[in-house]
Amino acid sequence: MFKLNIARPEELQDYSRRQSAVNSRFRSRGLRQALRYPLFVLGVLIIAVYLLVAILGPQLTPYNPTETNPQSVFKPPSAEFRFGTDNFGRDVFTRVVHATRLDLMIALLVATSSFLIGSLIGGLVGFYGGWVDSVVMRIVDVMFAFPAFILAMAITSALGDTVQNVIVAIAAAYTPYFIRLTRGEMLKVRTQQYADAAISVGNPGWRVMLVHLLPNALTPSLVQMTLVAGWAILDAAGLAFLGLGITPPTAEWGVLVSEGAQRIITGEYWVWLFPGIAIVLAAFAFNLVGDGLRDINTREEQ
Amino acid sequence: MSPLPRFILRRLLLTVVTLVGVAVIVFMITHMLPNNPAALRAGPLANAELIAQYERDMGLDKPILVQFADYAGLLLKGDLGESWRTGEPVREELAVRLPATFELALTAFIIALLLGLTLGILAAVYAGTWVDQAVRIFATLGASLALFWLALVGIHAFYFLLKVAPAPIGRLTISLSEPANVTGLFLIDSLLAGDWATFLDSLDHLWLPASTLAFIVSAPIIKMVRAAMLDALNSDYIRTALAIGVPARQAVVEDALRNAMIPVLTMLGIVFGYLMAGNVIVERVFAWPGIGNYAWNALVTNDFNSVQGFVLLIAVVYVSLNLLIDLAYGLIDPRIRLA
Repeated sequence: MFKLNIARPEELQDYSRRQSAVNSRFRSRGLRQALRYPLFVLGVLIIAVYLLVAILGPQLTPYNPTETNPQSVFKPPSAEFRFGTDNFGRDVFTRVVHATRLDLMIALLVATSSFLIGSLIGGLVGFYGGWVDSVVMRIVDVMFAFPAFILAMAITSALGDTVQNVIVAIAAAYTPYFIRLTRGEMLKVRTQQYADAAISVGNPGWRVMLVHLLPNALTPSLVQMTLVAGWAILDAAGLAFLGLGITPPTAEWGVLVSEGAQRIITGEYWVWLFPGIAIVLAAFAFNLVGDGLRDINTREEQ
Repeated sequence: MSPLPRFILRRLLLTVVTLVGVAVIVFMITHMLPNNPAALRAGPLANAELIAQYERDMGLDKPILVQFADYAGLLLKGDLGESWRTGEPVREELAVRLPATFELALTAFIIALLLGLTLGILAAVYAGTWVDQAVRIFATLGASLALFWLALVGIHAFYFLLKVAPAPIGRLTISLSEPANVTGLFLIDSLLAGDWATFLDSLDHLWLPASTLAFIVSAPIIKMVRAAMLDALNSDYIRTALAIGVPARQAVVEDALRNAMIPVLTMLGIVFGYLMAGNVIVERVFAWPGIGNYAWNALVTNDFNSVQGFVLLIAVVYVSLNLLIDLAYGLIDPRIRLA
């Protein structure tokens, strides 16, 4: 009744050749598709530049970020000091460049940790349901009763002013977003046929959830992760500006703006303007990429 | 029970649960994290005796559950405790500062709503054209702007360079006295008193911080209005309206906009969150004497009772707002309450 189809080796080779041709066509199509989203590409390029600055860092400037120089206090931007100097005669450009590494690290750590923890919890409660699900979702509701920045502010002040605590506080404030998103997706994919198929061939529940379903429930969270990276930069800088979390003399963009803000009445604009541009451009790039990913995803689904 | 009262009852019950959770989380943040509030309050130079005395004063030597019971008991009476910095009741201190924040936030909200509706509708009506692209870039930029930095840019441009805004200090020029307190909103109180000089001066102090806040807050409104308008414009009823000869302007303004406002309503809660978070920063930069500035002072001096009071206030308003929105939504759209 059944006719066994055993492929001969040359046929298999043929198949794999055809498959790689398909793959490369997909790759070039992916590139062409990406170019249909110029703002997305712009965002990716800006982030690439930031990464480069973060990696090269100290090589880009001859000055030391914390070395004071009484001879050159509040020098406006010039060929010598590209972004001018601050009240201690420190080179603002050097401090902005050195801060890049710290600010990007905060963004990436906040985004990945809240994504990992939130998606795992969301996936688990979405898959297993029951009273644990109800309790977790009530806690999520409560966390959503606070604006994220206010929550991060309160947690930072209670934990104390260190970089690590800032990361923990902001990540804690954004974790509920990922729990809610992944849980919603998990509820959808759980009813798919491949979920039943995976269970019916004898996979244990945890394996079905982790290996078969969770990866299919992550797309919205991955978009969200990009947006959260941008928000984390704004929040960390905002906290630092308020004097919470990261404090002087650490070179961090929000700290730099806050140091410059003391000169707002007397007009030495360069001390706060350039670090602020660094913040805004970074957050802008993450937002462009996040929005672009969402557009691409919704169009793919259609 | 018929569906509508049951929907309202369920929603109210959920709100009570959320509020209890809010109180627990705020308590946990201030009482269970590793720092000792008594040591923070006593300062770095304090000896063990002073810290121990503060611990007794603040009830920190009692078991944690007893502490929570004390705190919950006070909360139920609407008592937020006393500020450790000033010794005054936190509730009064917040109440005195609330009108300043309300005036700033409300003005910002009105500006943001006007900006958001105009740009959102424009982007939807001219979807796919350069107008749409420009509005989307504007909205993305608005979502990426660091509020404290934008405030500095505004002060530099309008106070330092153009000299059209007053120095960024407070709600009134120091030489003027506050108008007689009726609503606490200087714009309204000065008008009630017929005092034009005070009205213009408070408007002068208000427009820059309010516009700065509005710029940031308008970003999510623009995105939401655009999406809701696009859905409405692509709907069958608009196609029908246009087909039977309703003028395009009327179809957009009357039919599409009215239907697009329903989803926009749901995000007013989010907008409030933005306003309050932004408020702390704007009040700080402009030395605005509201609850944001109060919270900042409390945060940097580790005055946890005041911080607790501020966070609770924000959360309670936020939760109540979302409750009202949900109830309004349930009344407008019967599908929601049946779900």
